Amino acid sequence: MRYMLIIANDPELHPIPGGPGWDELMAGYAAFGEQLASHGRPFNGDPLTPPDTATTVRVRDGKTITVDGPFAETKEWMSGYYLIEADNLDSALKAASMVPSAKYGAVEVRPVAEMH
Amino acid sequence: MAAHVSDPVDGAIEQVHRAERARVLARLIGLFRDFDLAEEALQDAFVAAVQAWPLSGIPANPAGWLMTVARRKAVDRIRSVAARDRRERDWRELSVAWTPGDPEAVIADDRLRLIFTCCHPALATDAQVALTLRTLGGLSTAEVARAFVVSQATLAQRLVRAKRKIRDSRIPYQVPGPSELPERLNSVLAVIYLIFNAGYLPADGDSVLRVDLCVEAKRLATLLLDLLPGQAESYGLAALLYLHDARRAARTNEHGQPVTLEEQDRELWDRRQILAGLQLLGRTTALGPPGPYVLKACIAAVHASTRESSATDWPAIVAFYEQLVRLEPTPIVALNRAVAVAMADSPARGLALLDDPVLAEALAEYHLYHSTRADLLRREGLIDEAGVAYERARALTRNQAEQGFFDRRLGELLGEDA
Repeated sequence: MRYMLIIANDPELHPIPGGPGWDELMAGYAAFGEQLASHGRPFNGDPLTPPDTATTVRVRDGKTITVDGPFAETKEWMSGYYLIEADNLDSALKAASMVPSAKYGAVEVRPVAEMH
Repeated sequence: MAAHVSDPVDGAIEQVHRAERARVLARLIGLFRDFDLAEEALQDAFVAAVQAWPLSGIPANPAGWLMTVARRKAVDRIRSVAARDRRERDWRELSVAWTPGDPEAVIADDRLRLIFTCCHPALATDAQVALTLRTLGGLSTAEVARAFVVSQATLAQRLVRAKRKIRDSRIPYQVPGPSELPERLNSVLAVIYLIFNAGYLPADGDSVLRVDLCVEAKRLATLLLDLLPGQAESYGLAALLYLHDARRAARTNEHGQPVTLEEQDRELWDRRQILAGLQLLGRTTALGPPGPYVLKACIAAVHASTRESSATDWPAIVAFYEQLVRLEPTPIVALNRAVAVAMADSPARGLALLDDPVLAEALAEYHLYHSTRADLLRREGLIDEAGVAYERARALTRNQAEQGFFDRRLGELLGEDA
């Protein structure tokens, strides 16, 4: 079963590039990627740029409405994701607990709705 | 089934229902990975037993008989659904689970897996409690709803949502591995403790006690010891439940109002339960350093072993709370530690701990915080302040027996004042 790990961070708590804890965090992500790869199951994931780069699109009555910013104004913002394969929720939760940013923010685990 | 309890066969069916329902249900859930299907199939099997057993006699292995019939009924149900929906995939998956039935075979005990699934931290706490009582406790939806003062519709909704999440997020039907076990066991113990406390300290209603839930919680705690021995905290919780429940008869007066530990008639305490609790607690000494439940049981054990409340070894209790507050730094533990310090040392020192601003804010809406403060203020001779605190406590509880208790205290205060 596929699960999406949605990483949410409070930018005030999360390390920033070049700041304290950053190198350690990056090493953590490299190690996490190797861990995932070692299971031999497909996965992917990437960080996202900060929400000030976000643009939100809605279509209403056939008209496209484009606005600046993310769709939800929250203190924590989605900063990255992984899409992994796991046997069950326990395995997915274990992977989520190993995401380095979980120490600073939160990781939401959502099963992918498989459509066939 | 309950209509002719005197009939030996009906009696036997009831007894099998009580003794074997959870085990057979757990096995069925293990085979079919579907809570609703398992419950329906087991219900079908009991209906079949009511029809068949009076004629055929009670089978040598009633649980095995039920298991075989329930499994067949479940397959029938899936087959008819599969035929309707042409969902061959379901049928193929089912064939893997299906193994030829031997009615005399011992049923594999899946109840431990069921406990861990029902108490999975990915489920909301109220759903964990409801699922556990419904499947392992065998309470009806109506009984669980009544016990937790929610409507049957609300409870049914909670159960549906929980079962859907188990299926859709694929919450596994397994005992967690060693690295996850401590945390997950904690979740199970918390559910059992919640069930006990719902029976012991109901939030409203006109009685202080709901005995059924206390009995149910003790049964679950004992079951957990049988299924997963060697865990200190499981023994600690079981000991705690027995030691608390031992005071049941003394906890309320003839009007159903609560009686404080200090004022309880200790002759009414149940010696058998105290002994059972102490024995369970004794089993934990060889199992490593004490966790929160063991420490709470130690505190309960000090009380249980003291014939006269004036002879209570309060310094020992303070020492246990000092350990507990490090492991579990919650406002409730801090409140109880303040009480112990007040008893071991002086009401003034207890009050100083209670008036800690962080604690006062955290417990501002908790009636027992205010009644505890009131009691210590009264002992310090601060009658007016004590009265205000009792009023506050009374306003914050919906439990009629507790309201009556605070009224009595207020009356006594006025007497002391005059």
